[in-house]
Formats: sequence, structure tokens, C-alpha cells
Amino acid sequence: MSTSLRNNQHVVLAAAAGCLLLAGTSLAFYWVPNAPVEGFRQRIFYVHVPIALTAYACFGWAAWKALRLLWTRERRYDLESYTAVHMGVIFGILTLVTGSIWARTSWGHWWVWGSRQLVLFLVLFLFYAAYFMLRYSVEPGPRRANMSAVYTLFGVALIPVSFLAIRLAEDLVHPVVFTHDVQNRLTGSQLLTFLVCLGGMLSLAGSLYVNELTGKRLDARLRELREALQ
Amino acid sequence: MTYLGDVFALARKDLLLELRSRDTVPAMLLFVVSTLVVFHFALPSDASATAETGLLWVALLFTALLGLVRAFVAEREERVLDGLVLAPCDRSAIWLGKVIGVVAFLVAAEVVALPAYALFFQPVGWELVAAVALADLGLAAVGTLLAAMAAAGRARELLLPVLFLPLVIPIVVGGVGASATDDPGRYLAFLGLYDAVFAILSWASFEYVVTE
Amino acid sequence: MITARGLGRDFGMKRVLRDVDLEVPRGGFLLVTGPNGSGKSTLLSLCAGLLAPTAGELVVEADRGEIGYLAHEPLVYRELTALENLDLYGRLYRVPERRERIGMLLERFGLWEARRERVGSLSRGTAQRLALCRALLHEPRLLLLDEPYSGLDHAGARLLDDELGSLVGDRTFVVATHAPRRLEFLATAALSLA
Repeated sequence: MSTSLRNNQHVVLAAAAGCLLLAGTSLAFYWVPNAPVEGFRQRIFYVHVPIALTAYACFGWAAWKALRLLWTRERRYDLESYTAVHMGVIFGILTLVTGSIWARTSWGHWWVWGSRQLVLFLVLFLFYAAYFMLRYSVEPGPRRANMSAVYTLFGVALIPVSFLAIRLAEDLVHPVVFTHDVQNRLTGSQLLTFLVCLGGMLSLAGSLYVNELTGKRLDARLRELREALQ
Repeated sequence: MTYLGDVFALARKDLLLELRSRDTVPAMLLFVVSTLVVFHFALPSDASATAETGLLWVALLFTALLGLVRAFVAEREERVLDGLVLAPCDRSAIWLGKVIGVVAFLVAAEVVALPAYALFFQPVGWELVAAVALADLGLAAVGTLLAAMAAAGRARELLLPVLFLPLVIPIVVGGVGASATDDPGRYLAFLGLYDAVFAILSWASFEYVVTE
Repeated sequence: MITARGLGRDFGMKRVLRDVDLEVPRGGFLLVTGPNGSGKSTLLSLCAGLLAPTAGELVVEADRGEIGYLAHEPLVYRELTALENLDLYGRLYRVPERRERIGMLLERFGLWEARRERVGSLSRGTAQRLALCRALLHEPRLLLLDEPYSGLDHAGARLLDDELGSLVGDRTFVVATHAPRRLEFLATAALSLA
């Protein structure tokens, strides 16, 4: 990809993120009518759920890149997969934070074991945090790239299995199951607001991803050039 | 059938090594019994049956970790793993042979742990035994793969628990559920699902963990 | 049999092997020399397929079952006996008439009496002889030997001389060594990594 095209991709994503997030936040806080049961507090739904979905998307993207790495053994996929996991973890932390705030405003606690999404994200956060420990303790090279890829794939398998486990665990421990009163069907205005926010979050993740990837690639090129000059 | 022949040759090698050195299994036995005793002192006197079951599973989990940390030590020591990887056999046979060994160690530890638990806490039903059997497969499958990963890095005794615990949370859920609720079938089926998914994943991806 | 162009290998930040070109024809004998840390072992590991290149390309026209690799470490289990180790490798390499072949190699390298001893209790030189048996067990077409004479006593070195002499010709060799003089007469090519 020529440099100008890469710059364009960068700018387009950043612009999209900026516009969509601005639009989305305005819609979410000013335009959309109050939800019937929860009232004003429910609006954090438009922030929390897109962030959560974006985190899943990042982990999925990372797993795809990991698969490509194992399939083709081309090293560039390692950096791409790693960056995607990094983005996923950032959005994962944001999911936990916004989820915690929502839990506090809805039920009065900063943490509730009864919230399936929250618990699932906690498990995933632990899992992907261990990913970084794995990368840190193995020397950079083909071996580390392979192992990171395999681990990423395990993460993606863990998502549904963990979710099932958490559901089963509810019957075990009989906690009060906390679900937000999200109606099964979103009204037109709610759907629009949600989609705009989702688009904004995904663009933001994409923009950060491209940014970080470019930075890391430049670092690598710089190192290579320095080596070649020695 | 040479694949299975390779697997059994490797598994036999692991069992032979353990019989000679006798360091891993005795340590696991002592560890699990000591842990149960510690739990007696850690639990309040009115602890529920479910709490006691839960702690048994925690004990089993950490005993498995103890055994797994040592799983690839012999191969690391003299770089024997390189010798095995270079052989024309399928690399997944190395994984499968090792898993058989790990399961054997776990069963040996549980043969002592479960009676001890029945003695100290509460009787052990068939559901618990079935759950333990299924859990052993999952723990060994995932643990062997992660142990190979950790063995390639620094600080492997620290890394393995960190990699292992998030992945085996579902096993704890399945295990405690099978032994403590009225509907063990559901939880046993879940354990079976976990085993199937992660055993296949580990089997298929082991090659990539030990080669470049 | 082996072709490398611009071959390089990094370990993290450190570049151990840089821009290596070589070509080893079938039946060739390449002698690799160089000071400590120059990447001789790394080159052999790359040829064996244990490491992947991080730069350049490498083609080795031999399957895993046709490669015999001798490393710095003997690659045998310390707690097993010589016999048990060779039996395991014999199975994994699908060596035909395994028992006879193992017996023959143990005898040839003077290990028959020590065959039931734990490898951990063997001396360095004896362990090195065992490692040679392991590398030669499956009659490989390509032999990658990293300092094969290290640790060997006079008798052991003579045994190795004889063995190499008998194999040279239809096998391909890449041998890394600190003491090239012993093998110079066998070599068809030399590579110095400095």
C-alpha cells in the first residue's frame, strides 16, 4: 500500500469516528426519548453495549489474523493480531468500567456477579491480560508469533464456552440475575441512535488500530534500517 | 496405526520417568491432602455442602497445576523436545502421549484425594466421580498445551497458572454443578462439551506451539 | 540438497546470523567454522528445521525422517537408560529391525556395557557417543553435526573418524567445528562465519 493510501485510510477512519461519535452522543443524550422503565440512566446503554460489541469485534479480528498467521506463516499477521488484541483489551476495560457504572446507577452496586455480560468480560479480560504476559516472557520471533496466535484462537473458543458456564453457574449459586430492562425490540429512534454509536465505536477502534499498527511497523522498519547500517 | 504406536511409546516413556524419579505424583498427593486440611481450617463451621464441594474443586485445580508445571521439565532440560520435534512422527502425538501421562498423574492423586475428602468433609457420590473424570481430560488437554507454551518462556512457573486459570473456569462450574445440584446431567454434558472443544483445539494446535 | 540465500536469523534484538549464502550438493561435506557466538549452531538448527529463518530463504531437500541432527546437548532423557532412549527414538523414527540396529550401534561406539545405565550417570564423552548413536540411528541421508568431537576421548574420536569415513560419499554432511583440521580432508566445501 502506498503511503498516501495508508494516510487516507487513517484519516477516513479518524474522521468517521469523530463524526459518528459526536452524532451518536448527541442523539443518545438529547434526541432519543427516555426509556420507559429505567429513565435517563438507560442512556448509558448507547455507550456500554457498542463498546462491548467493539471489544468482541477486536477479539474476532485478532483471531482472524491469528488464523492467517498460522495458515500462511507470514510474519506481518503477528503484529496485526497483537494490535487487535490490544484494542480488544482497551475496549474490554472500558466495557467493565461502563458496565460497572451502569450497575451502580441501576442497582446500587459497583459490581454484580449476576450480570452475565460483566462476568464474561471479566473472564475475558483475565484471559487476554495473560496474553500479554505470554508475549512478554517469550523472546520475539516466529515461536512467539505462533504461540500468541494459538492463544488468541483459544480465546475466541472461550467466549461461547464461558458464556454457557456463566449461565449454568447462575442456577448453581442462585444469585439474583441482573438484566437491564432492554426491551426485546428497540424502537426506531433507539435503533438509529444505537447504530450510530456502534458505528462510531467501531470506527474509533479501527482508527486506533491503524494508528498503532502504523507506529509499530515504523518502529520495526527503523530497527531493520539501523541493523543494516551497522 | 503408527500414530497410536507413537502415542503409547511417548506415554510409556513419561510413566517410566515418573516411576523412576517419583517426584511429581507423591508431591501432588501430599499437596492435595494438605490443601484439604487447610480448607478445614479456612471454612467456617456452618459451611454449606456446596462450599465444601467448591473447595474440593479448587484443591483439584491447584494440584493439577502442580503436576502440569513439571510436565515438560524433562524435555526442557536436555532440549529433548527438539529431538522429539525433529522425529517424523506427528507432533500432536507428543501432546497426546503427554496428556495420557498427565491424566494418569491426576487419577493417582484423586485416588487419594477423593477418599480423603469423603473422610474429612462429606460423602462422595457417583456424580462427583464422573465429573472429576471428565474434568481430568479437560485439565490435561488444556494444561499440556499451555505447559508447552510456558516452557518456552521465562518465569514458566509464574506464567502457567496465569494462562491456565481463566481457561479452566468453566471446568470448575461444570464440576461443582455436577456434584452439588439436582441435575448433574446438564453439567456433565457441559464438561463433555468443554473437553471436546478444547481437546480438539489443543490437539490441532500443538504442532504450532512447538515448531516455528 | 541445501540452498540458502541471504539467510539471517535474529533472536529478539540480537542478529546472530546475517546474510549467509550457501549451497550443499548431494553427497557434499560442508565444514562450518567460526568463533564462539558466530552462529554455527544456529545455522545447523535452521537446516534441521528447528528454527525458521527471519530473513532470506533456505531450502532443505530432505524430510524430517532423513535428517540426523547432533546438537550441543545430547537430546536424550537423563533419567532413562541408553537403551531406553534409543528404543524410543527408534520407534519414533520407524527404524526397521530396531533392536538389531540399536545393538549394532551401541557396540560400534563402545557403549554396549553401559547400555542399561542412566544417561545422567554417564560421563560427558560417553553421553556424546550416545548422542552420535541417536543421530545415526535411522541412517539419515543428511547429517547435521554440531561439534561432534566435543567431549570425546581419544578412542571415541577414532571411532567417530571411522564412522564418518565410512559414511562420506553418499550422505550429505554439514559439520560445525572448532577444530577443522581433523575433517579438512573429508570436506568438499568450507564456510567461515565471522
